[in-house]
Amino acid sequence: MLKIENLTKMFGGLAAVNDVSVEFEANRINAIIGPNGAGKSTFFNLVAGTHKPTSGRIILDGEDITPLRCDYIAQRGVGRTFQTTNLFEQASVLDNLIVGHRLRTKSGLWDVLINSKRLQWEEKACRDKAREVLDFVGLNHVENRLIADITQEERKRVAFALALATDPKIVLLDEPAAGVNPEETEGLADLMRKMVDHGLTVCLIEHKMDMIMGLADKIMVLDHGEKIAEGTPTEIRENPVVIEAYLGSDEDAAA
Amino acid sequence: MLKLASFMTRPAAKYLLIVLALVFPLIAKNEYQVYVMASAFIWAIAVYGLNIITGYCGQLNLAHGGFFALGAYTLGLLTADYGWSFWPAFVGALLMTAFIGFLVGVVSLRLKEHYFAIFTLCVGFIMYMLTDKWEELTHGPIGVRDIAAPHGFGIVDFTETTPFYYLVLAFLIFAIWFMGKLSRSLLGRTFMAIRNGDDLAQSLGINLMRNKTLAFVLSTTYAGMAGALYAGMVRFIGPEDGNILHTFDMITYLLVGGIGTLSGPLVGTVGIVWLTQSLQFLEEYRMILFGPLLVVLVIFFPRGIVGSFLGWLHRKTLDAGLPAAKKKESRIATGKEVENNA
Amino acid sequence: MNLFFQNIVNGLTLGSIYGLVALGLTLVYGILHIPNFAHGALYMVGAFMSYFFMVDLGVHYWIAMLGSAAVVAVLAILCERLVFHPLRNSPPIHDKIAAIGILLFLEAVVQMFWGADFRRMTSPFTGIMRFDGLIIPEQRALIIVGAIVLVIALQLFLRKTMTGATIIAMAQSREGAFLVGIDANRVAMMTFAISGMLAAFAATLYAPINLVYPAMGHVVIMKAFVIIILGGMGSIPGAIVGGMIIGFAEAFGGFYISSSYKDIIAFGLLVVILSVRPQGLFAKGAH
Repeated sequence: MLKIENLTKMFGGLAAVNDVSVEFEANRINAIIGPNGAGKSTFFNLVAGTHKPTSGRIILDGEDITPLRCDYIAQRGVGRTFQTTNLFEQASVLDNLIVGHRLRTKSGLWDVLINSKRLQWEEKACRDKAREVLDFVGLNHVENRLIADITQEERKRVAFALALATDPKIVLLDEPAAGVNPEETEGLADLMRKMVDHGLTVCLIEHKMDMIMGLADKIMVLDHGEKIAEGTPTEIRENPVVIEAYLGSDEDAAA
Repeated sequence: MLKLASFMTRPAAKYLLIVLALVFPLIAKNEYQVYVMASAFIWAIAVYGLNIITGYCGQLNLAHGGFFALGAYTLGLLTADYGWSFWPAFVGALLMTAFIGFLVGVVSLRLKEHYFAIFTLCVGFIMYMLTDKWEELTHGPIGVRDIAAPHGFGIVDFTETTPFYYLVLAFLIFAIWFMGKLSRSLLGRTFMAIRNGDDLAQSLGINLMRNKTLAFVLSTTYAGMAGALYAGMVRFIGPEDGNILHTFDMITYLLVGGIGTLSGPLVGTVGIVWLTQSLQFLEEYRMILFGPLLVVLVIFFPRGIVGSFLGWLHRKTLDAGLPAAKKKESRIATGKEVENNA
Repeated sequence: MNLFFQNIVNGLTLGSIYGLVALGLTLVYGILHIPNFAHGALYMVGAFMSYFFMVDLGVHYWIAMLGSAAVVAVLAILCERLVFHPLRNSPPIHDKIAAIGILLFLEAVVQMFWGADFRRMTSPFTGIMRFDGLIIPEQRALIIVGAIVLVIALQLFLRKTMTGATIIAMAQSREGAFLVGIDANRVAMMTFAISGMLAAFAATLYAPINLVYPAMGHVVIMKAFVIIILGGMGSIPGAIVGGMIIGFAEAFGGFYISSSYKDIIAFGLLVVILSVRPQGLFAKGAH
């Protein structure tokens, strides 16, 4: 469903992502791994449209989305989370999520002024959506808590929920399990499986190898901006180039 | 305690406030107090404008005082030099501040954080310089005299303080009413999403420029409305009305009351205007107090009076977990009354 | 032709002062990412301190300049410790508002002691140098030479001393500096002290050909911001080049276009430049 063709991004004279081609199939969990500075986050930023590639194409369901601005790409169905999601600390969880569905609505200033039917209807739709995704990530019990008062793991789930509220076809998750303990990591992995069961395509960057190996259908390995391998977890585990890259760098192999 | 506190978030409190404002001229000791209250209301309208772009949308606009002056000068010059009557000139002032706000916004809102603040600081200064130097248009340092007040009807004469007070009150109520609607609408939520970060907002499919520009134009129009009312009330304006210090005053009002809250601008503005009035000797040296106050607030109470109060109340009602409180809490959660500060 | 050279001298003078103020601002921004709106107030306090030392205590111009630099350096360190340090992890809007608070406070205090009047401050350098018809007042020559000396001294300090090296390291990478064990607090205080001193020197150099009053910092700080945006926020050479650009633009613009609008030139330039290049003139890449 997401097809990347010869994607390259130069910063100054350096290639952060270099001639990467890959195809992610629908309804699968795809992982991107690689040592620090391998260009994983840049790759996400290119797909989501935050950065424009120097060359190459990004094709979503047959449509070339390369030239689009990131809000349009989000509307085409690419949702994402960040390593740290800046939520509004002093508002409730539900309040933070309502805006997630905003891109599917049309009300403007005039609707606010006359309190139009459309606005009322759309606000209800957004609220329902927020409840729905909150339920999906298993957090309806904290609906009214302030963001400032919930745990790190709950924050991760809220970030998922926010991305899901945009009605995406594919979600890009940037280190979704960073900073949470092993049991919670397993819970988040289950959540990703649940997303796929509900027809979504998941694409994640992760350092936690145990989690990736048990979770991903397909793995792409980046090193110094280049794709050095792709395949199933078993293939990747046995790939000598990957082992080389990981032993060559340091702490990531241990992580 | 909790009961009293939660009463303050009910609609009844709102009506009580309106009644108080309506009878204020009757209980005021003298006309001067009514005048002070009217000018506090005018500043509050401008601060509501600042709250849109800075409080909800998170962009520190330092040209706000400039737009206030732009509104005042547009009204002043149209009535004094071009013979317009008040209301057409008032509409003209709104359109002018909206239009210039749009132009400035389109250029400046592409800039991030610091750049935006610095850019708007310069824009505010250019506006101030123009009122001072462009004598053919603005009369320079002499200022604009003989500004028209609105035509009265019957016994109502808007050149008198009390009728004008009610006029200002009507605009203030409108301003707050609209702000309330805005802040809990999808549009207001969109602005607040931008405050959480450009990248996150864009990943939610929000068109940054369109929404920021809209917020900016709304905020400058509020400033223009306040400026035009100000010109109509004092009927004499000069370049000092566009001094950058007014922008700093407004930031103080906003921060004390509670940035990004619905009632914060009113609480902060009315509170501080009266505080400085009652400490007359402070008038000139008020900044000796305001300066450190700003610093202390952003370090220890960045949410201001209203923001801190609401946060406290929200937690209390959640902890209490009573059925009655439950209802209220969901009301706060739906953002019915108030909420959301930076 | 003569007038042309006269304008060059004026441009150099203005450029030197603006450059010095902008240098302090850009140092603080480069290292701490704080746009210090209070920097103009430090400049103003610098002028008043020199005025106080000279007029009230009767000390010599040079001593007054050093005394003023010391006072402002301490003041700048206090600002860092008491205000910016506690705010280092706050949302970006907070340190800007706090800086505005400092600015308001300092102005009010100065106004309480000295009033809002415009004051004159004299210096021992009132003579005029003539070179083949070109007239250079001594004070202007002193400003230009003084600025050159200060810039060289700053460069030496940053390049040749250990403390200077840590400042540069931190400017390049905050996390990196932290990892190699640089005491970030010390660097922050040092940077603020230097920026305050430069502001005080600039103010004392410029005051004799200008006026001293509490609001004198407003226009200067705004121009300094324009300069560091032109030159790239955090760039030292950018601050100097930018200072010169604005200095010359004002000297020539004020002469050939309109003297009453000369203060607007810098801001107009900024508006035009940022409209075309939102990331500044010399900044590379987007941030």
